[in-house]
Amino acid sequence: MSVRTLPLLFLNLGGEMLYILDQRLRAQNIPGDKARKDEWTEVDRKRVLNDIISTMFNRKFMEELFKPQELYSKKALRTVYERLAHASIMKLNQASMDKLYDLMTMAFKYQVLLCPRPKDVLLVTFNHLDTIKGFIQDSPTILQQVDETFRQLTEIYGGLSAGEFQLIRQTLLIFFQDLHIRVSMFLKDKVQNNNGHFVLPVSGPVPWGTEVPGLIRMFNNKGEEVKRIEFKHGGNYVPAPKEGSFELYGDRVLKLGTNMYSVNRPVETRMSGSSKNLASRTQESIAPNPLAKEELNFLARLMGGMEIKKPSGPEPGFRLNLFTTDEEEEQAALTRPEELSYEVINIQATQDQQRSKELAQIMGEFEIMEQPRLSTSKGDDLLAMMDEL
Amino acid sequence: GGGLEGPCEPGVRRADLGAVHWCVLPFRVLLVLTSHRGIQMYESNGNTMVYWHALDSGDASPVQAVFARGIAASGHFISVGTWSGRVLVFDIPVKGPNIVLSEELAGHQTPITDIATEPAQGQDCVADMVTADDSGLLCVWRSGPEFTLLTRIPGFGVPCPSVKLWQGIIAAGYGNGQVHLYEATTGNLHVQINAHARAICALDLAPEVGKLLSAGEDTFVHIWKLSRSPESGYIEVSPLP
Repeated sequence: MSVRTLPLLFLNLGGEMLYILDQRLRAQNIPGDKARKDEWTEVDRKRVLNDIISTMFNRKFMEELFKPQELYSKKALRTVYERLAHASIMKLNQASMDKLYDLMTMAFKYQVLLCPRPKDVLLVTFNHLDTIKGFIQDSPTILQQVDETFRQLTEIYGGLSAGEFQLIRQTLLIFFQDLHIRVSMFLKDKVQNNNGHFVLPVSGPVPWGTEVPGLIRMFNNKGEEVKRIEFKHGGNYVPAPKEGSFELYGDRVLKLGTNMYSVNRPVETRMSGSSKNLASRTQESIAPNPLAKEELNFLARLMGGMEIKKPSGPEPGFRLNLFTTDEEEEQAALTRPEELSYEVINIQATQDQQRSKELAQIMGEFEIMEQPRLSTSKGDDLLAMMDEL
Repeated sequence: GGGLEGPCEPGVRRADLGAVHWCVLPFRVLLVLTSHRGIQMYESNGNTMVYWHALDSGDASPVQAVFARGIAASGHFISVGTWSGRVLVFDIPVKGPNIVLSEELAGHQTPITDIATEPAQGQDCVADMVTADDSGLLCVWRSGPEFTLLTRIPGFGVPCPSVKLWQGIIAAGYGNGQVHLYEATTGNLHVQINAHARAICALDLAPEVGKLLSAGEDTFVHIWKLSRSPESGYIEVSPLP
């Protein structure tokens, strides 16, 4: 598995999260002078996006992110995004956070699947960064942070071979395996079937560097062409127009990773339906996770690097609802299938770098020790204690 | 070899890129598994592990994935490719666990993707193994107590995920959707097929009828009939509907 996958995964999922939040905030937008105290304004929206983006691209956080490491589970990663989503005055209920994460993951899964070349996942990432820069045009400091991340991406991924990108692609696809949540926008556009599987197009431009299928050439010993045959491939492909740009600024050509949401297209996910897939997911979530300890450490490191700016003075937390009504949100929370629940470990993240020790201390205060513990390392203790809560 | 390493329970482990291959040798059949930890060999009942080779990650940088990939049998040897480009050759006795690493073939600088073999055709100087790697390079070998490198066929910037060998014809599938057919003795390219619109996942070959199957990430599967021109002897191919 590639140990260079996490930055790409994190940045693209983060980008999708921002697109969705931006769309929802716009949809609930009230003109400043008419807004009541508990309603969203344009100023609020910009502030939320600014706060989240500056937290995401914080230097210390990026440093942790770019260290070579394995990917952890979807559940572990969700915790990071939940923290990120709450980096500002905005609050999300569990149901809305679940829906947000579902949408984010399905969108990026779609983009990875449809990448013409494995290397194009970098162009998808750049598309996300380009749009993110559009959200924070008025903040030069944050813009600089994003550009810095861009440079880091180019430095690390710019020189990778096609084979290494293929490994990254496979690592990402394994992460998304068995995820078949149906998204209304995808269903409507017919890029997703009713069973949650994506439709792979068999028409359109071929990837840059690939020939349109249908030609056979035969050569003699001197390398001279002696025969040509054409055959019907079955698809309807055309040559690639040009290669997308990998520069800081440029035409990416690829549309994957650009903002597909708009105010008039509220996006829903559908939980119920084909139970065939749910069966296999049940298997996955019941088996004990031997990586749980490592995941906790990963979370501690990553979120330790996250600097959350606490709002100065008393400010009400604005709640954002990803559903159309509060009743719908409540209903969604009640009816979410067991297999698809993200059992989130509620860690009170602070800026304290000694988080593991602090956590262990806090847990120790709640612990009722009845038998001597047999585990050998502090990490095991931590995990065991959390299980008992 | 020994039992399963580490505290992991069997069946509960991180998703892994690995391969499984039945190795048919003259006197026995072994089941060979590769993973990021190493190479395991089992008797054909699938239960008795007879050998375990841990991968040496000594030279690997922290960003390098360490794994074994590509398995093939020729004569009484089993060859397994690795992340470094090295091909490990194991000498397999008629029975029992006394398996020995007999050679490490150098020829590739990038991770091995696939290995293909075919029984020697009876003549002396015949190629019976082809190894492929992430850079698209193909190495053509003759097996023996010492393996000999006969030819190298350079890549062209895309991986070669799958390779097959049949009657002196090398069939190679590439990441740009092309299938190439080479003459194993000379290394010359004789057929180039623009077969798929995405990377080729796998090739398979039916040796009795000389039919080659290619599967690509473009969702298509194609079947090709391999042959030789009666006049020139050059490799030819025709697409089957």
